[in-house]
Amino acid sequence: MAVKMHILVCGGTGCSASQSHEIVDELNKELVAHDLTDFAKVVVTGCFGFCEKGPIVKIIPDNTFYTRVRPSDAKEIIEEHIIKGRKVQRLLYVAPDTNQSVSDSKHMEFYKKQLRIALRNCGFIDPENIEEAIARDGYAALGKCLTEMTPEQVVAEIKKSGLRGRGGAGFPTGLKWEIAAKSRPGEQKYVVCNADEGDPGAFMDRSLLEGDPHSILEAMAICGYCIGADKGLIYIRAEYPLAIHRLQVAIKQAREYGLLGEDILGSGFNFDIELRYGAGAFVCGEETALIHSMEGKRGEPTFKPPFPAQSGYLGKPTNVNNVETYANIPVIINKGADWFASIGTEKSKGTKVFALAGKINNVGLIEVPMGITLREIIYEIGGGIKGGKKFKAVQTGGPSGGCLTEKHLDTPIDYDSLVAAGSMMGSGGMIVMDEDDCMVAIAKFYLGFTVDESCGKCTPCRVGNRRLLEILTKITDGKGTMEDLEALKNLSAVIKDTALCGLGQTSPNPVLSTISNFWDEYVEHVVDKKCRAGQCKALKKYYIDPAKCKGCTACARACPVSAISGTVKNPHVINQLDCIKCGTCVEKCKFGAISIQ
Amino acid sequence: MDTIKLTIDNREVEVPRGTTILKAAEQMGIKIPTLCHFELDGLALENRPGGCRVCVVEVAGRRNLAPACITECMPDMVVKTNSFRALNARRTVLELMLSDHPNDCLQCPKSGKCELQTLAADMGIREIPFKGRQSQYAKEFSPSIVRDANKCIMCRRCESVCHEYQSVGAIGAIERGFPAVVSTAFGKNLTDTNCVLCGQCVAVCPTGALAEVDNTGKILRDIANPDVKTCVQVAPAVRVALGEEFGMPAGSIVTGKIAAALKAIGFDYVFDTDWSADLTIMEEGTEVIGRLKAYLAGDKDVKIPIMTSCCPAWVNFYEKFYPELRDYPSTAKSPQGMFGATVKTYFADKIGVPRKNLICVSVMPCVAKKYECEREELGVNGDPDVNYSITTRELARLIKICNIDFNNLPDAEFDSPLGVSTGAAVIFGATGGVMEAALRTAVEVLTGETLPRIDFEEVRGLDGVREATIPVPGVADLKIAVVYGLKNARTIMEQIKAGNCPYHFVEVMACPGGCIDGAGQPYHHGDASIIRARHAAIYEADRRMPLRKSHENPEVQAIYKEFYGKPCSEKSHHLLHTLYFDKKIKFDLEK
Amino acid sequence: MNKIKNLADLRKMKEGMQGKMSMRENSDSAEAIIQIKVGMATSGIASGAKETMSYLITELDKRQIKALVMQVGDMGYSYAEPTVEVTIPGKDPVVFGEVKIPRAKEIIEKYIMNGELIEGILPANYRSI
Repeated sequence: MAVKMHILVCGGTGCSASQSHEIVDELNKELVAHDLTDFAKVVVTGCFGFCEKGPIVKIIPDNTFYTRVRPSDAKEIIEEHIIKGRKVQRLLYVAPDTNQSVSDSKHMEFYKKQLRIALRNCGFIDPENIEEAIARDGYAALGKCLTEMTPEQVVAEIKKSGLRGRGGAGFPTGLKWEIAAKSRPGEQKYVVCNADEGDPGAFMDRSLLEGDPHSILEAMAICGYCIGADKGLIYIRAEYPLAIHRLQVAIKQAREYGLLGEDILGSGFNFDIELRYGAGAFVCGEETALIHSMEGKRGEPTFKPPFPAQSGYLGKPTNVNNVETYANIPVIINKGADWFASIGTEKSKGTKVFALAGKINNVGLIEVPMGITLREIIYEIGGGIKGGKKFKAVQTGGPSGGCLTEKHLDTPIDYDSLVAAGSMMGSGGMIVMDEDDCMVAIAKFYLGFTVDESCGKCTPCRVGNRRLLEILTKITDGKGTMEDLEALKNLSAVIKDTALCGLGQTSPNPVLSTISNFWDEYVEHVVDKKCRAGQCKALKKYYIDPAKCKGCTACARACPVSAISGTVKNPHVINQLDCIKCGTCVEKCKFGAISIQ
Repeated sequence: MDTIKLTIDNREVEVPRGTTILKAAEQMGIKIPTLCHFELDGLALENRPGGCRVCVVEVAGRRNLAPACITECMPDMVVKTNSFRALNARRTVLELMLSDHPNDCLQCPKSGKCELQTLAADMGIREIPFKGRQSQYAKEFSPSIVRDANKCIMCRRCESVCHEYQSVGAIGAIERGFPAVVSTAFGKNLTDTNCVLCGQCVAVCPTGALAEVDNTGKILRDIANPDVKTCVQVAPAVRVALGEEFGMPAGSIVTGKIAAALKAIGFDYVFDTDWSADLTIMEEGTEVIGRLKAYLAGDKDVKIPIMTSCCPAWVNFYEKFYPELRDYPSTAKSPQGMFGATVKTYFADKIGVPRKNLICVSVMPCVAKKYECEREELGVNGDPDVNYSITTRELARLIKICNIDFNNLPDAEFDSPLGVSTGAAVIFGATGGVMEAALRTAVEVLTGETLPRIDFEEVRGLDGVREATIPVPGVADLKIAVVYGLKNARTIMEQIKAGNCPYHFVEVMACPGGCIDGAGQPYHHGDASIIRARHAAIYEADRRMPLRKSHENPEVQAIYKEFYGKPCSEKSHHLLHTLYFDKKIKFDLEK
Repeated sequence: MNKIKNLADLRKMKEGMQGKMSMRENSDSAEAIIQIKVGMATSGIASGAKETMSYLITELDKRQIKALVMQVGDMGYSYAEPTVEVTIPGKDPVVFGEVKIPRAKEIIEKYIMNGELIEGILPANYRSI
């Protein structure tokens, strides 16, 4: 009897961390126990995107989407669903708006507005099985290019599609390929995949590589065909062991199947791919730094020009694209540039994958058409703000981006509108903040990241960002002055103007965008010595409401620094000079008399 | 030539395509300040990381400011080097740099010579608006070089010199972000790395992050000590450079003033390393002739090419990188070494002073010589042949400390017997000089005939690698090479290893242009014309000498008669030749 | 080793895999294709629902009819097991009772392929989610 049911289990890093591999083991054990191995099969897939609700298990053919599955649920899934066809109600997703169980992921708000092009195979195929990839048109685009199209035609198609680099800056991919193709013809060239994803909270590329490695290999080969390269290199951070494993398996299988190596599909085209491991330096996402790192040199950027297309890896013409950019290529070839260009906005075509995180109900990986609004992403796909709190800002573009506010919620997002709004697309991090987030602290957080990740080559980034961070710290410590705010603005502008690479040039963006959107908060910190979100510890003031205080002395006894004075049955007072803002008194007060001002 | 037109500060200029904004502006007399940028024109030494961002200028239509040192001119570009935006950014960048720099200019070894200090003064920096963390690295000492990483501005000049020019790679950027600094691997001491102490990092460092070890204090104490006698020797290249420290034009020959100054400082005996340079030619020349004859006679064991061994950084280089080839260089000690060995034996006996009571000091254009003094094999029972060495720069300081009006000092002569020399010795100071001096003697000895011409123009010049074929009638066509820069030396070592080295005799100097740009010379700040002037002066000094071949030096002839017997005699082998050791660095990552 | 030597090989492999993957492909566009639900509660299984389901899957595959066959719980027609619900896109679901292999064949040939109604249609007494 042929297999009638597939049980798809997410094997992405997020779900793996929540024991999805044990779920697989348990499911297999149950299938064996019930003699169902001929009837149903467990398939480990890549990320489904809905990481908030992971681990995800999906039953095919009835498309039942189980969330937050634990290994101990395997027995019930097999006995109830597989054997008796009864859905395990308690594992179904409950829509927060209607409070109704939704069994088919298609009907979930999280998926409704998504359009999965780059992620088309993630959560659908077994990434370690090349035949499943082939069944989903894997390598068909490569075949089409090699047998039916000239390199120039392929480049023309990519140009026509309007695809722009998904790594951040949005450079037109077709144009990039064209430059590399025309650069020093006949010489050794290289195709590089930038998988050095480093934005805090971002995992788009990791999920793509874990869920659908073959689409990347295929796209790199297509690029090689276009620019005249026979060698591809994937620069991936060593912190991505699962993605590395999946890539290794995929490369091995592709070689075995003759889809990498010599004379691919009898076309005479040779192409092979190697992995290069990064040590996790953020700056190595910058293409010149990445190339130096691959060469075994210190990972730091050099001035452009020369661009990698002119002189890249080992001084040879090199095309560097990001993972997600490559993931779009085979679809464009298969479905045509016109189809792709029909999606998105005038200048930003196709979709973008975002890692949705922060104070939002549905944390996860989403792919949406360009031109969608932030409101749709946050309130429909994201399911709104956690705990019904008030939306304050959304940070896009990672440490290089900026914070967007309420007034930007209905802007259709694409490369240009985000830049116009003072942020950037970046590689796709999207962190939602609510009223409990202090925007000065947010700027400080991102700047702290840049300070840690600066390579130290140029003065403005090495010293300037450090000084910027010190000024911000002074402000959150309640020691800031209005002059400091002016210094922040000037220094930020100078760093933007003078830093050597993209990392440095964009590093003040979180500061500048919070200054322009939340100037009041900065002034409050400096003038009123107040943090409205209550996040800046030094600015917190604990206050005992004399009307509520019963004089029980519990707080005074608990205070570790004896900062509370008062006599029994009389309202107590906190000595602000001694208070270390530990919050112990608040916990101890039974009458709710102590609050933060 | 393909030229383009652009506008800089409202003036139009036409430059060849590929010219940087910095160069184009320079051509118009506009001096854009730089710090990390460094170039020794024509001496294959450059550093253009575009990292300091001091040279930023405003280019119309460009999103951000452009670093002038690496941005190429484009047709119809409109550049403003002094717009408010550029000036404000430049000033801020400098203030940032200073905010992480110790404000100890008064005690700094580079004070007055520091490019950062000059820039801060030129820009009128009066206060540093940024307060915050400052780097806290410990100072590190080696026999030759002091590193003070707190003063490192990450210009990377030293790194470029060490890696690209010397192919040594002892120092490079470590850490990232704010703590990023140029240091050794794993923060090891320089002496535990591949560092050959050439000191070119010191020569190019714009700040006090790298400096020479200062021995001037020791000299003053020893001179004041009634129990010891002091003698000093002065290397050839010092005499064409010291004047710069006293405002004289580059290339001024101040031999007589140096002798006078050293006497005024109070040395008991003021001698000349040129004397022992002539002695070196006798020893090394004889060794060359011997090896060459054996080689030409078919001896398969003899090591050819023979290589010079005067340059202490070069000696360190082959001991550290090519110990297996250490039989190739001549066993002859350097002129400094030969001088020390002779002073501490022959001369000490002659004046009746026990060697431990005779202090021998050398004035060298070099910092590696300080390490050479410390070599155990160049001393007897812990008493070094040369007690210590000072650089040209230290001598200048010493002269100033001793209130000597150098510029108005009447010339004096070096003392006898170790003060008489020939033109062949003085050219030791420039690349190709040792080769030429050796040829002047060796060819005459080999042919038995007086040379029709003394000037071997074919080995002169300032190209990093020069090769020539010198016909020696009746013997062979001598294939020779002269290189400077250890990267070029490495090429020859690799040829030897591969068995395809075409030369018989090779001269190697570590520093650009030879000792004239040694790391102990007055700072040139990237002005190659200074080095060219010193180079010309060396050959001028040679021309001025009545005797120009080492074997004609009467004092050298005398000492062979009186003391050493003949070149490469048993006694000279004992005192004038040395051994090399395997000093390959093995990195133990466990430690 | 399945070395793919040319485009034709690649296409052949894709087609070969299609059968294995169709279940997943179809489940994603379930509304657009014929859905067949087989009641597979204890009583259904006892009446031979497993055999019916197996037959339906194999037969539809053979005839290359894009259909989604899935098992469901008890449909509430214990008197007429095995029961099968067929939903043709755009039409209301129709439930057939006592579907053993011969009737299953009839469902495919007449109802699914030609839209003809056949014997054994049960009155609808519920709506499925």
